[in-house]
Amino acid sequence: MSQADNQLERVQRSGLSLGLLIWSFMIVGVISILYARDRWWFLPLASQHGAEIDRMFDIILVLTGAMFILVHALLGYFVIQYRSRGAASKAHYFPHNVVLELTYTILPGLAMLGLSVAGILLWSNIHRPPGPDAFVVEVRAEQFGWSARYPGADGVLGRTDNDVAEPYNVDRKDPASRDDVVNSEIRVVVNRPVRTLLRTRDVIHEFYVPAFRTKRYMLSGVSNETYFTPTRTGTYDIACGFVCGVGHYAMRGQIQVVTQAEFDTWVKQQKTLADAAAPRGAAR
Amino acid sequence: MATATAAHPDAHAHEDPQSFVSKYIFSYDHKVIGVQYLITSLFMMLIGGALAMAIRTQLAWPNSGVLKADSYLAAISMHGTIMIFFVLTPALIGGFGNFLIPLKIGARDMAFPFINMLSYWTYVVSIIPLLASFFVPGGPLSGGWTAYPPLSALRGAAPGSGLGQDLWLLSIAIFLISSLFGSLNYLTTILQMRVRGMTFWRLPLTVWSLFIASVLALLSFPVVTGGALLLLLDRIAGTSFYVPAGLFLGGQLVDHKGGNPLLYQHLFWFMGHPEVYIVILPPMGMVSDTLANFARKPIFGYKAMVVSMLAIGVLSFLVWGHHMYVTGMHPMLGTAFAAMTLAIAIPSAVKTFNWMATLWRGKIYFSTSMLFSIGFISLFTAGGLTGIFLGNAALDIALHNTYFVIGHFHLVMGAAALFGIFTGVYYWFPKMFGRMMHEGMGRVHFWLSLIGLYGTFFPMYILGIGGMHRRIFSFEAFGYITRMHDINIVITISAFMIFIGGLVFAYNLIWSLTHGPNSADNPWRATTLEWSTPTPPPHGNWVGEVPAVHRGAYEYSVPGAKDDYIPQWVTPQKAGVVTEH
Ligand code: HEM
Ligand SMILES: [Cu+2]
Ligand SMILES: [Cu+2]
Repeated sequence: MSQADNQLERVQRSGLSLGLLIWSFMIVGVISILYARDRWWFLPLASQHGAEIDRMFDIILVLTGAMFILVHALLGYFVIQYRSRGAASKAHYFPHNVVLELTYTILPGLAMLGLSVAGILLWSNIHRPPGPDAFVVEVRAEQFGWSARYPGADGVLGRTDNDVAEPYNVDRKDPASRDDVVNSEIRVVVNRPVRTLLRTRDVIHEFYVPAFRTKRYMLSGVSNETYFTPTRTGTYDIACGFVCGVGHYAMRGQIQVVTQAEFDTWVKQQKTLADAAAPRGAAR
Repeated sequence: MATATAAHPDAHAHEDPQSFVSKYIFSYDHKVIGVQYLITSLFMMLIGGALAMAIRTQLAWPNSGVLKADSYLAAISMHGTIMIFFVLTPALIGGFGNFLIPLKIGARDMAFPFINMLSYWTYVVSIIPLLASFFVPGGPLSGGWTAYPPLSALRGAAPGSGLGQDLWLLSIAIFLISSLFGSLNYLTTILQMRVRGMTFWRLPLTVWSLFIASVLALLSFPVVTGGALLLLLDRIAGTSFYVPAGLFLGGQLVDHKGGNPLLYQHLFWFMGHPEVYIVILPPMGMVSDTLANFARKPIFGYKAMVVSMLAIGVLSFLVWGHHMYVTGMHPMLGTAFAAMTLAIAIPSAVKTFNWMATLWRGKIYFSTSMLFSIGFISLFTAGGLTGIFLGNAALDIALHNTYFVIGHFHLVMGAAALFGIFTGVYYWFPKMFGRMMHEGMGRVHFWLSLIGLYGTFFPMYILGIGGMHRRIFSFEAFGYITRMHDINIVITISAFMIFIGGLVFAYNLIWSLTHGPNSADNPWRATTLEWSTPTPPPHGNWVGEVPAVHRGAYEYSVPGAKDDYIPQWVTPQKAGVVTEH
């Protein structure tokens, strides 16, 4: 083949601009993450298990950040250093090297093993159901709003059954349902583990409370559960995290974290299902 | 393409085509079909990209009025569907798979040329209902490209859940069948039609990657084809595979009983996860080939590259649950899926380091194709590393369905796969059309793309950490998202950079087709078999006999050899040195 056929000699030779570009991604990437930490990071934490999630996030951020820097530092260097330097230079014939390959198989392997174990332990902790003294609430979603059902004085939510042809499928024949309170306000008690049952009236929604690091789908026809312990009183945003129709973007709710006393006073003032069924007000 | 005049010494499945129609339209020639696939998918990329620009305009300036709440959902759903099913899959598997497999293994055509032709035209047919759905009452589907029921099952649930959703299901089912034709063809061809000397351990990594991707497609696509048909039945035949009893839509009880929406999610992601590897494996293979070529070095750790792709292939069937950690799966399952998912990081790390080691002490030529390959390594790393957060089930609680996920999969699969396509087009364009592409325009395209992609998708990580969830038409209802408005503006400006880069690419293609300098047979001084054909290759690919293969695919800069490359087809006597592989 003649030299004229050789397009290699016609392409760019210097890797300097590319190398600098790669390094600049590394630098800008790191700076932007550090800058964002103070402005646009996770919302201020308001739940117990969230602290663990945040900590693990930081650990992985450091590990992956180090890898990102390593790869880009080397890539930029190789690109600048090992450009073609004309006829005299020759590439180094280096098809494989078992030690090197094993090293970068085993080291990431160990790192992943460690992260799996840590992650699985945390995941299992978060899903351990709280004890019988937990605060119980059923959070409800429908296109495109939120509400809640509280168990009332007996502490037990009336059962749900898909065959009950009523919104949210509460079985009114279950005596435990009589004192349940249904309300548009979602309230939970500070520092008390919450067992949240999730129920949708129609399509799938998602219960997402960024400040709690809590997220769980609300599956049609399925009672999903999620657990958290709020650590600060106040009002927190709920977003519907899963696309559920045209109003999805505006499906915002609020969850109020109050003290036990505040909650007790409030809930006594609300109508029970039995009240609602017999508005003239039989005994509770 | 040049007219084939050579008589084919081997028995050959079909005659040389005579008319324009049989040569370029209903062609049986794998090269023509490959180019048809590429052009069609690049056209679809324009539509998918234009939708992305509309989405981004909306998100930077929520009151600009480009989209409404319902057309926004239609736009994202069609954007995702088009990009994954109608751009990346057909360009990579249909386009490069068709064009390259026979050329690289020394076959005169695919094993089943007729099915091959049928596969392309089935793909074209599948596009029709998809695009038609823009024009029906209610518009295209609105539940996202994943189309979870019951939103997608119940006609009243969303504007797009009417006829648009039916057309989408029809289109996807036809598309998946078209892909099956293709996969069967590639597997048979690679297994049966390799030329003398082309052992499996001598296959270029591009061929390996397409082989593994085809296996994944063959095993995963039928599952979701079934899943989609069940959804169609729920919609039109009154069955209840996915819809439980007791739902209310508006004030109305929904007339279904006994289904479970989780079933659909399992079926969907059993295909959905392998699908992301179906579109990223071929770029991995192609980038491996171009990195070796332009660094003038053997790909480092060839066998490790093959084994890691096989490992990725196997693992990809065991991790689908990482899309469902928080949907309602039993938490015990989450632990298993988390362990499997993190395991995929190991072969991915091996591949990345092998690419780096290939560059180390190389003699690098920065052709446009090489720029995109190096960019690929960077994007794949920037996107792949965040998979370690998402795979960790506990962290996924905070990150699922946020922009963190959008940033992750766009970098690791969207951007990286696009770079694979660009690498391939700049590299093989001379073989396809006999002309070189314009390098200067190529560099402009590269710089706009790489800077634009980082500027678009890296800040999305921050949006996700800050709590912005996906598929929202406007963020103004949420104070904590509105605080990040500036980030959204930066992202949109960067996204337009990508799009302008794409237009430069389109212009370059047209310019090069008509004005590009003529190409020699082996312009990049490469070692693999496609470069032994005349440029462009005639029908039947080789004039006279197909050359036998004497060595592995990556014999660059072999010590003692005269040239810095020894093609696979050169005999040991001629090469002057005996190579190891
Ligand atoms: C020009 C470059 C691109 C831009 C600016 C872009 C932008 C976006 C944005 C902003 C979203 C999120 C919309 C939302 O959740 O509300 C999105 C979704 C998506 N994009 Fe892209 N994208 C681009 C290219 C691609 C490519 C190449 C792929 C191929 C993998 C892709 C696949 C998807 C998918 C699957 C979704 C999810 C759609 C859904 O939610 O159902 N995009 N894109
Ligand atoms: Cu919702
Ligand atoms: Cu996946």
